Amino acid sequence: MYGFLIALGLLLLVSIIWMVYRLQTLVSVMKESEKSKTQATIKNSGSNKVNAVLFLVFLLAAGFLFFWYSFKEFDNYQLPIASEHGAVTDNLFWITTAVTGVIFILTHILLFWFSYRYQYQEDKRAAYYPDNNKLEIIWTLVPALVLTVLVISGWRAWKDITAPAPENAHVVEILGYQFAWEARYAGKDNQLGAFDYRLINATNSRGIDFTDANSLDDFEANKIVIPVGEPVLFKIRARDVLHSVFAPHMRLKMDAVPGMPTRFWFVPTKTTAEMRDETGNPEFEYEIACTEVCGRGHFSMKKIIEVVSPAEYQKWFAEQTPFIVQNPDLIADLPADLKEVAEIIIKENK
Amino acid sequence: MAVVNTSTQGAHAHEVHDEHHDNFITKYIFTTDHKMIGKQFLVTGIFWALIGGFLSILFRLQLGFPEMDMSFLRPLLGGWIDETGSLDQNFYLALVTMHGTIMVFFVLTAGLSGTFSNYLIPLQIGARDMASGFMNMLSYWFFFLSGVIMFSSLFLATGPAGGGWVIYPPLSALEQAIPGSGMGMTLWLIAMVFFIASTLMGGINYITTVINLRTKGMTFARLPLTIWSFFLTAVIGLLSFPVLFAAALLLVFDRSFGTSFYLADIYIGGEALPHTGGSPVLFQHLFWFLGHPEVYIVLLPALGITSEVIATNSRKPIFGYKAMIISMLGITILSFVVWAHHMFVSGMNPFLGSIFMFLTLIIAVPSAVKVFNYLTTLWRGNLIFTPAMLFAIGLVSFFISGGLTGIFLGNSAIDIQLHDTYFVVAHFHLVMGSASFFGLMCGVYHWFPKMFGRMMDNKLGYVHFWLTFVGVYLVFFPMHYIGIAGFPRRYYSWTNFDFASGYADLNMFVSVAAIITFTGQFIFLFNFFYSMYKGRVAPLNPWRSNTLEWTTPLHPGHGNWPGEIPAVYRWPYDYSKPGSKEDFIPQTVPLSSTPESNLPHEEEMVSLEKAIMAEEGQVLVANEAK
Repeated sequence: MYGFLIALGLLLLVSIIWMVYRLQTLVSVMKESEKSKTQATIKNSGSNKVNAVLFLVFLLAAGFLFFWYSFKEFDNYQLPIASEHGAVTDNLFWITTAVTGVIFILTHILLFWFSYRYQYQEDKRAAYYPDNNKLEIIWTLVPALVLTVLVISGWRAWKDITAPAPENAHVVEILGYQFAWEARYAGKDNQLGAFDYRLINATNSRGIDFTDANSLDDFEANKIVIPVGEPVLFKIRARDVLHSVFAPHMRLKMDAVPGMPTRFWFVPTKTTAEMRDETGNPEFEYEIACTEVCGRGHFSMKKIIEVVSPAEYQKWFAEQTPFIVQNPDLIADLPADLKEVAEIIIKENK
Repeated sequence: MAVVNTSTQGAHAHEVHDEHHDNFITKYIFTTDHKMIGKQFLVTGIFWALIGGFLSILFRLQLGFPEMDMSFLRPLLGGWIDETGSLDQNFYLALVTMHGTIMVFFVLTAGLSGTFSNYLIPLQIGARDMASGFMNMLSYWFFFLSGVIMFSSLFLATGPAGGGWVIYPPLSALEQAIPGSGMGMTLWLIAMVFFIASTLMGGINYITTVINLRTKGMTFARLPLTIWSFFLTAVIGLLSFPVLFAAALLLVFDRSFGTSFYLADIYIGGEALPHTGGSPVLFQHLFWFLGHPEVYIVLLPALGITSEVIATNSRKPIFGYKAMIISMLGITILSFVVWAHHMFVSGMNPFLGSIFMFLTLIIAVPSAVKVFNYLTTLWRGNLIFTPAMLFAIGLVSFFISGGLTGIFLGNSAIDIQLHDTYFVVAHFHLVMGSASFFGLMCGVYHWFPKMFGRMMDNKLGYVHFWLTFVGVYLVFFPMHYIGIAGFPRRYYSWTNFDFASGYADLNMFVSVAAIITFTGQFIFLFNFFYSMYKGRVAPLNPWRSNTLEWTTPLHPGHGNWPGEIPAVYRWPYDYSKPGSKEDFIPQTVPLSSTPESNLPHEEEMVSLEKAIMAEEGQVLVANEAK
């Protein structure tokens, strides 16, 4: 860090000295002559050549850095994929990278090579070449064609990803608030109970409506535990402002919107344990982050996802206790018939 | 037609003689002269660019050196640096928000369009001034007022607006959610109302002037591409800014009058708010209906300026003049139907996402056409690297680099991962931020001799260019890697997450590059203000250019041309025409006087031209007799 700062200081110093120098020459030139420095003088000065050469130098140096760094760092910026659709979207990403990469390099070679090659020469005259409709049509149609292929493949992937979740998907509700996430599981009936934000209070932070029978077996979890290889549906909502659920390894992102529940379903492909082996990091955890600015704690909204085998998942699932078991006060105001059901559940779980 | 024009121009010419009684206030402050208004926009834009750039340095310090003791900034930032010497987290968000707002609206909209549309439209189409000089003056002073309000919000105890430049509600609507959404947001909204009014008054003027006040012979097919781009930019602004106004107004209602346009089912600060039935996504639709065209409002003038500068300094006609116009028209129209690509994961109907993905990728076609046309213009040219030319080439490079990453982001399937990561930051800073900034610089270097009658120093211009060009790439290119790795935007620090724990080195590198690049801009500032007073006196047409502004006197008065407004006989791109002795033929040279270089279809127009000129001569004689 200090090395950088010293280099920075040095550079500033040099530029200041250089500016003072220029100032002096400017003043002296002012005194000497009023000869105007215009296009005519630029084109015959050495500067034109220097600039032309610098474009070529820039092309080579930047091109080298681009390739060198892109290959050297590949494993660092390429996050391992842990969902089925992630493999598809990453594949699209790399196809697009290949296509645009070729265009990127070609156009830049042309841009900087032309700049060098066609620098001003006294005895030359520019070609008068105002248009060529054939060329225009070619470079309208070719990009259009390439883009069509990219769009169609993207659209097919998008259609599959956003299709309704399979019936058997494990339902997990994720609620975003300033500045954390809360998870709720649908319980044995795989049906989340209804909610109303007006029911939120200190003991019912999600506003769950316990007069809905579906909510009686709902339970919360500190970690989001999901089974590998089986579809999982995240039902996403927000309590205060916009948030966005981002699970980078799952290639999953969906905004959490107050007043408008959203959803995203996916199939995890690697358990946390498998990922620990793959990355060589024994501490590895799947993380959820927030990607929609939501206030001062925006950068600290973390939730852990634990992907386990289906058997482990079933075991874990059976061990969880519903809200009403943890806090029987929640059912105090229920109508008599529901209360009976609730009390049975409480007994079962004891 | 010709008859009417001549007589009205004669009348204008007489008015010009009464214009020499300007005092300081009417000349420099409440001026109605489009040239002075253009300069006012430019200087104000430069002021805002410095503020906006400085804010970015502050948050880059936080991102590059998260452990740094920032106590030394306390004299400036006061309470925003806490006892341990670290930056306040709310203030960090305010910095990001104000940086975006200032750069997008005050620098790249007002500073770019405001400067060059005002300055160049009358000069390049051959008009005495804008259609309404008074409204033009109001346009600047509304912008100035807007700036004063926005600037004062920086000094509020609760801080300026902090919900991101996109001000998504509910965050921007609820003071409980972030302190910046109190008075700071109120001032932001008021400032934007004045800003929108300013933009609309400017835009109406630009459009009217281009349509009505072109000089004799200046058909639409002979307009320089600069004017085409300013014209279309104004059209986009006129159609899209009112929608932002509406969005802001509804937000004001939600904030202050208890309506629920954007708010629903919110529990915050220990209480459930009464709002139900609103939709935060509605705001996003309204915002991006401006927000996306805004990208082109910022970019098109830069592309127009570049077209002009590249043609002049390649000593070659711009390749595919008509194709350039058609692609700009295409961009103008398509810019209104792609907005929801900012919202693929906002929770809107995925079917809508598919539609917008198709439309978005279509807009890449006209952009590609423009790039290929620029390249072909350079091909077999005779390139003279004035500082303006360097910035124009730099712009083309940024436009390619940033434009290509748009193909990733416009693809909704790929966008799932990249949305709101640093990949997006890299994309728009290159294609819209840096490209437009380079367009602005390109224009300043190119038209400085016309604006101030003096030349800027070329050598300083070269150093400024290379430092900025390399600097911009060093700042924004690494952000692609950071973005692919999934680093989210608007994060105060990434250390909370394991997946984003790396790249501390790269972030530090980016910050250092940003500081150096920002510092480099002072070379430009020095050059700009020093040359304004001490630069060498410019010749009348320093770049040997064809357009009309170079036919005015060195210091054009109010009214631009002392006598008759020159008539136009040809398109603006007759550079290096075969047969012609000089390598440029200004627009004012009649075809009939250049038989040696006329193309076959131009030869046919010579007789028509002669007939018109004869007719005109008679009218002039008749007028004299009266």
